[in-house]
Amino acid sequence: MTRLIVTSIGPASSVQDGGRHGAQRYGLTPGGAMDRLALAAANTLLGNAPFAAAVEIGPFGAAFTAREGAVRVGLCGAARSADIAGQPAAFNASITIPEGETLTLGFAKAGAFSYLAIEGGISGEPMFGSLAVNARAGLGSPYPRPLQAGDELPAKAASGAPERRIELPQADTGPIRVLFGPQDDEFGDEAKQLFLDSEWKNSPTSDRMGYRLEGPVIKHLHGHNIVSDGTVDGSIQVPGSGAAIVLMPDRGTTGGYPKIATVISADLGRLAQTTAGTGFRFKAIGMAEAQAEAKKFAQLLRSLPDRLRDIDSLELNIEALHDANVAGHAVSAVDAETWQAAD
Amino acid sequence: MEATFRPPRILPSGDSAITVEFSQHIDDAANQRVLALDRAMTATPIAGVTETVPTYRSLLVHYDPCQINFEALGEKLLALAKVPAPPNAKTRHWRVPVVYGGENGIDLEDVAKTLNTTPDAIVARHTAGDYRVAMIGFTPGWSYLSGLEKFLHVPRRQSPRILTPPGTISIGGVQTGIQCLAGPSGWHLIGRTPVQTYHLHRKPIFLLEPGDRITFFPIDEKSFAEQDKAAERGELVAELIAS
Repeated sequence: MTRLIVTSIGPASSVQDGGRHGAQRYGLTPGGAMDRLALAAANTLLGNAPFAAAVEIGPFGAAFTAREGAVRVGLCGAARSADIAGQPAAFNASITIPEGETLTLGFAKAGAFSYLAIEGGISGEPMFGSLAVNARAGLGSPYPRPLQAGDELPAKAASGAPERRIELPQADTGPIRVLFGPQDDEFGDEAKQLFLDSEWKNSPTSDRMGYRLEGPVIKHLHGHNIVSDGTVDGSIQVPGSGAAIVLMPDRGTTGGYPKIATVISADLGRLAQTTAGTGFRFKAIGMAEAQAEAKKFAQLLRSLPDRLRDIDSLELNIEALHDANVAGHAVSAVDAETWQAAD
Repeated sequence: MEATFRPPRILPSGDSAITVEFSQHIDDAANQRVLALDRAMTATPIAGVTETVPTYRSLLVHYDPCQINFEALGEKLLALAKVPAPPNAKTRHWRVPVVYGGENGIDLEDVAKTLNTTPDAIVARHTAGDYRVAMIGFTPGWSYLSGLEKFLHVPRRQSPRILTPPGTISIGGVQTGIQCLAGPSGWHLIGRTPVQTYHLHRKPIFLLEPGDRITFFPIDEKSFAEQDKAAERGELVAELIAS
């Protein structure tokens, strides 16, 4: 059976998808990809459903080897060096790993998480409709834990479809936009102003549960204990220390610290890609604007198939595919007719 | 629901969720209203709402802003909170076995000292209580119970423990709770139950629902060990005495 072997992988790497929904009332967090746009783009390159399960790769390097058949993958998210047998592989593009060859990925150069989608998706046993890893809850498939070297991901043999690239809009570099609330009345005007006026840095202790921020101490008006209530992805909690934490997809479903503001859904992926030590700011916007941004983001996700392009740099790819063909049997590489076809 | 109730506050939790806040305190009447609104939303689904999360004092309503906007949903929720909610058809009463004290409840002696009484008296009071699942949250199956008698209220620990055992029964402030998975806790650990409120390979996966009635009864270490094995195999272990 064709499969992709995880030859090497760093921490914070796991199978993720669109998450599991409907069980937050039982304390089960949705989880899912940190950067939904990058996940959807990687899947779209291969004709997969946008939120199909893919490998979320943390900041360190990784390598994947195709066994018993060639495996076609899509790479999006945090850019990093990528090559197969010494031939560079492009980001925001699909590529076929010939049988027996290894795709080697370097450290993330900008951003934290990259997504490696596999043509046909990752097969596993969904729990609550998702393969996403939530190690604490014992959930995730094929492995209910972060990936380790030696793990095997069952895959479909590469279809031989022409490789594609995807044109994504220029990443916004502006402040991370937030909506105040639900507990902004636990903070005075001065604290709220300080929150908006300060530069924040993502702490190295951040993880998929929460991004701990380094910055000024935000003071509460009435102390830091509130009666626990529900959280969302992007809730900005301020615990007793005054050091803000942005809750991420593996958050607890409820929390007992006041939430000064919430990151808008359209900016969550961008925040997720903020590396430790990088400075950024928050900007408060109104509900109408935030919901217009949410619609724009949904529209962007829907537009992904229209953003696919043929790989036009013919020479480079003929070379890469030629190599592939020599090494294995994957695609009919030298015959451009067969891989240029589609549309 | 009486018409004289104060309307809840409609608070934004980002662009895709609304917190319907009935109270800022732990308050049984507010929790009843939360659960009533939750039931009303099940009975009369609102298009665009994707998931609801009842807590002690508020209902978190997740929605798709492409289908309904904040103002429109806020109005619908306020209207729904005014209408009498359908009665809870499935109030269930569970009897939950607990081995108190010793290595299974390492804080029982300290709690007794703090309250100027004996561990046995704490157990007697804790098992005499009639509790309700006010909310389930934080980690899978972590059930927060209301109804802890005033005598047993103890402030949370100064520093939380990083790892506490699965099945821990604890007291934190005015609440008592059943924790399912091992994890951090700042509460006082008084015992352990073999009952697994979350078990992936059992039907139902989640045993308890918000609103369920809970009473505890003491068991010894030997039966704990037996029932722990049975629970691991997927048996319920808790006794359902009314439905």
